[in-house]
Amino acid sequence: MVVRAEALLQKIQKEEEEKLLSIQVPKTIDVAIDAGNLLACDSNPIDTKQLRSDKENYLKNLAREGTQLLFNEIWKLPIERVQDAVIAKVPAPTTVIPREKPIPKAKPPTKWEEYAKLKGIRKLKKGRMVWDDESKSWKPRWGYKRANDDTKEWVLEVPANADPNEDQFEKKLKEKKERVAKNELQRLRNVARRTGKKVPGVGRTAVGQEKQSKLELEAAFHVSKQATASLGRFQETLKGEKNVKKRGQKRKFEAVTQKCNTEKEKQLSILNQMYKKSPQLNLTKAVNKEIQDGQVKNPKAGKRKNTKPAKSKAGGKRPTRGKR
Amino acid sequence: IGAMENEIVKPRSQRHRRVLKARAPKIHENDKKTMFVRGGNTSDVVTNVLKEMYMLKKPDALLLRKRNIARPFEDQTTLEFLSKMNDCSLFMFGSHSKKRPNNLVLGRFFDNQTLDMIEVGVDVFQSLRDVKTSKCPLATKPCLVFSGSLFESDDELRKVKNILIDFFRGPVVENIRLSGLEHVMQFTAEDGKIFLRSYRVLLKKSGSRTPRVEIENMGPNLDLTIRRTHFASDDLFKKACKQPRAAKPRKVKNISSDVFGAKKGRIHMTSQDLKNLQLRKVKALKRKPDASKCNKNKGKKTKEKKQK
Repeated sequence: MVVRAEALLQKIQKEEEEKLLSIQVPKTIDVAIDAGNLLACDSNPIDTKQLRSDKENYLKNLAREGTQLLFNEIWKLPIERVQDAVIAKVPAPTTVIPREKPIPKAKPPTKWEEYAKLKGIRKLKKGRMVWDDESKSWKPRWGYKRANDDTKEWVLEVPANADPNEDQFEKKLKEKKERVAKNELQRLRNVARRTGKKVPGVGRTAVGQEKQSKLELEAAFHVSKQATASLGRFQETLKGEKNVKKRGQKRKFEAVTQKCNTEKEKQLSILNQMYKKSPQLNLTKAVNKEIQDGQVKNPKAGKRKNTKPAKSKAGGKRPTRGKR
Repeated sequence: IGAMENEIVKPRSQRHRRVLKARAPKIHENDKKTMFVRGGNTSDVVTNVLKEMYMLKKPDALLLRKRNIARPFEDQTTLEFLSKMNDCSLFMFGSHSKKRPNNLVLGRFFDNQTLDMIEVGVDVFQSLRDVKTSKCPLATKPCLVFSGSLFESDDELRKVKNILIDFFRGPVVENIRLSGLEHVMQFTAEDGKIFLRSYRVLLKKSGSRTPRVEIENMGPNLDLTIRRTHFASDDLFKKACKQPRAAKPRKVKNISSDVFGAKKGRIHMTSQDLKNLQLRKVKALKRKPDASKCNKNKGKKTKEKKQK
């Protein structure tokens, strides 16, 4: 049998084309495909007439075309076989989608970490298990069933100059609790420092019996002396005690009777301010209003630092007393 | 502020610690969780829409049991609170009233604050059960098809499209099983309406490697009318889209691939020391153990010769 090569070639070519036809979709505008999200965006205009007359079939056809184009793209991706499944390696999504939460920030160093860096103190790695002399075995350094456990002691020495009736066990427990409380306080202070808040001093804590400087002791003494219901008014002065009254600042009020001139000047300055032609802006009020209005729209308004109103020179509703 | 709060709250147990860690901001984020909230009053249609959407989104979704009386467009605090409590950053809220019958609000949060929302009314709803065909398995990542030029040209619809992609795309994956591509969701925009259609994929032989795709209606199908919208300001949206440097792919140096897909690399080597090069061993040049001992000079000469 004689087969003409040309005819055969044509036949094969036609077959190949038909094969391709079944997966090809003609579109005037190319369909944008994001294989990472399995997404096809067909921006060709919709045939409104057809949509109204035969909606479901028209939509189905559109969806089929979009899916076919997407699948053509996916089948081009590197494909491998893992066990029984055929898997395509999907590229990263290209459509920009907002994050769920903000980008994590590096934790700023605590006060100790800053100090340690300054002094070049490095953390030494300690092993978890420690040799326990008593039981002659390795035990965890801390926690349950720890080595050299000093909380399990059944007898404690009473120091030479201590009150013999004092409960040494209770004292130890109390000290431990104080240390824990101090640590928690310092943690919170570190957190507050990071947010840019002003942090008050801790004052003296009852922790530890290390040497305290004279100044520190003095400060602690004065603080504790004033910490009574009557602000230390009825506390007795000790022998050789320094004058306490000079510590801190007290509010000062104006004298009831003043010199004629000073009073006149003050009143005049107020009047001048009132009759100034340029409009007076109450910064505090304005800023507060701005924050309240913009709170819903602008989430940045929640930030403390930005919204803190500047101290206004023109007073608000209530004039600050005693500063005039 | 949210991150700070996480630090102030001290974990009380290992489990609590794990929860806090899972909820903290991460460089490589987890998949977004969706909560489905029923409002104070819901119609049968809205309840069913919520249930079926919940079913489509299932492993990363939460259907709140109780009703929550909220009006997302008037006051977002309730939903923001719920999002924080449940660690969900996507939501669908359903309600029904005389003014806004069969109302759905879908939106997303950034840092537990509302980013954007769209309100749609359900005109036509065809449930999964109404369409009597076989369904795709649960937790299938859907293929999304957006048709209509409005999704590109209209400013509002472009944003709506972004929300819909975020809402329905499912988990972000690196590999995908080809036989697992079984679900197609189509969104068509036309004249203020969005038609949502859901299809099951049937792969047919095409003769070539790529199969021919046929689809079959599966449900749920919705005809939606856009009502109100609330979009994030450009600043906030930009901030929310910012990717950390660590998450961006690093540029690989000195490696390239050519047209045929072969990998090419450039290697830097130190110059070769030819003095220590081991050449072919010849018996004649071998040093005899005795000779080497008595006259070293001779031995050296032979070695030099060899090198020449």
